[in-house]
Amino acid sequence: MRILEKAQLMSASEVDRTLQRLAHEIVEKSGGTKHLALIGIRRRGVPLAQRIAQAMRGIDGVEIPVGILDITLYRDDLSKVAPQAVLQSSDIPFSVDNMDLVLVDDVLYTGRTIRAAMNGLFDLGRPKRVSLCVLIDRGHREMPIEAQYVGRTVQTSDTEIIEVRLREIDHEERVVLVDRVE
Amino acid sequence: MTPKFRDLLALEPLTADELTFLLDQSKPFEEIQRHPLKKLATLRGKTIALAFFENSTRTRISFGTAASRLGADTMNLQAEASSVKKGESLLDTIYTLNAMKPDCLVMRHASSGSADFVARHLDIPVINAGDGTHEHPSQGLLDALTIRNRKGTLENLNVTILGDIQHSRVARSNIHLLGKFGCRFTLCGPAMWVPRELEKIGPPAAQMRRVFRIEEALEGADVVLVLRVQTERLHEPALSASDYILLYQLNAERLRRAKPDAIVLHPGPMNRGIEISPEVADGPQSCVLEQVTNGIAVRMALLFLLVAGAAEDSSDPPNETEQPRNRRSTDVKDPSHASR
Repeated sequence: MRILEKAQLMSASEVDRTLQRLAHEIVEKSGGTKHLALIGIRRRGVPLAQRIAQAMRGIDGVEIPVGILDITLYRDDLSKVAPQAVLQSSDIPFSVDNMDLVLVDDVLYTGRTIRAAMNGLFDLGRPKRVSLCVLIDRGHREMPIEAQYVGRTVQTSDTEIIEVRLREIDHEERVVLVDRVE
Repeated sequence: MTPKFRDLLALEPLTADELTFLLDQSKPFEEIQRHPLKKLATLRGKTIALAFFENSTRTRISFGTAASRLGADTMNLQAEASSVKKGESLLDTIYTLNAMKPDCLVMRHASSGSADFVARHLDIPVINAGDGTHEHPSQGLLDALTIRNRKGTLENLNVTILGDIQHSRVARSNIHLLGKFGCRFTLCGPAMWVPRELEKIGPPAAQMRRVFRIEEALEGADVVLVLRVQTERLHEPALSASDYILLYQLNAERLRRAKPDAIVLHPGPMNRGIEISPEVADGPQSCVLEQVTNGIAVRMALLFLLVAGAAEDSSDPPNETEQPRNRRSTDVKDPSHASR
């Protein structure tokens, strides 16, 4: 089986502009940043959340807290996906009680990651509201979950994969659509 | 490359990297101990068999709590109440338990090597919760986690071990673990409990010395590991309890010989006033209760690693995003299918 790159969906500057727009949307729709916090889902949601927070600092001049959530323990497919999954720490250095939380992830697909992330969040307390921000929504939902803030919606087939490559993790920055060919 | 583990029988064969990995994997579970809601569903539908052929309270409760906080169920076998008393062989007991289809066996037994023996007869992961005078690996790991949290490192520490080292599986697991990080050991206790052979049990490079005066043994220590004195052994005419207290009890005055920031560990249960004075046991240098809390984190990490990961080897790499290669087939409707 080979992996074939079919198309580039976003360049580095498009990723950057999209994050700027998402930051504006979050500030606007939240009606104030007082109880707002971002939660990046490991791995690629983390740099995205940090960059959105940075963009918000430019808009409002306020520091939005950013937490990190590792969802490994909350997955519903653990023994199927990774024999001996490696855990990483979650790091949410503030109380989530009564907070207006925005979960941030790179790709929204089946919705299972977000289901797991919400389980993880609610073990920490009772947020006032949880919304979802993703760079790419590629459809194929298996759960009643939708994102409030979407960078770009992309039609995909089941065999295709969207790879979000970020400079903090992948040392290059672009979003590509790849396909598996037998 | 992530290390792979099938069982946890001893710390002796593990490398420094593998031990570091196990300690790192315990960190997320330390956080969970601080959550308002401590229960996960990660091992829902899995069963952990706890077979304690030798008495244990805290280790059994610790493993039981770790299992239940991961969402697993437990089945308990206690020697006093079991068919072991009626003469059933170890292997027959284990096969009977295994026929009830647990996903992991945690066992303690008075014979050294028993966990290894049982693991060779089972295809589920086995965790050694203490086998005779051989090893108690989860205790060694929780001690190391406690030391690492307090000292920031495991490298090159001066570790003084006090008491009945000859009969202590806790001491052996600690020496096998900490020895791989360049720690230097001072073993101290009555001569009959600190025989010369012990100088050779650590990793080849480990510095080991035997000292019979406690004041000298504590000089410059970073970590003091006090072992439980089995009071039945003190009835020997060679050593009375009052002699032991006089010569080997860790008290505040003696502890001043160690470094000012030295920490004191005890695997419990403590004989307050025998091997450790109440002042030291309750003092700021004592880590006794942290050890108990860390024990749950370490055991959750072990169960998670051995049970959640115990699927048939898949060639698929772990996928961080939401796009596992074969998403449609990964719906886990019947969790029992996920076991091997």
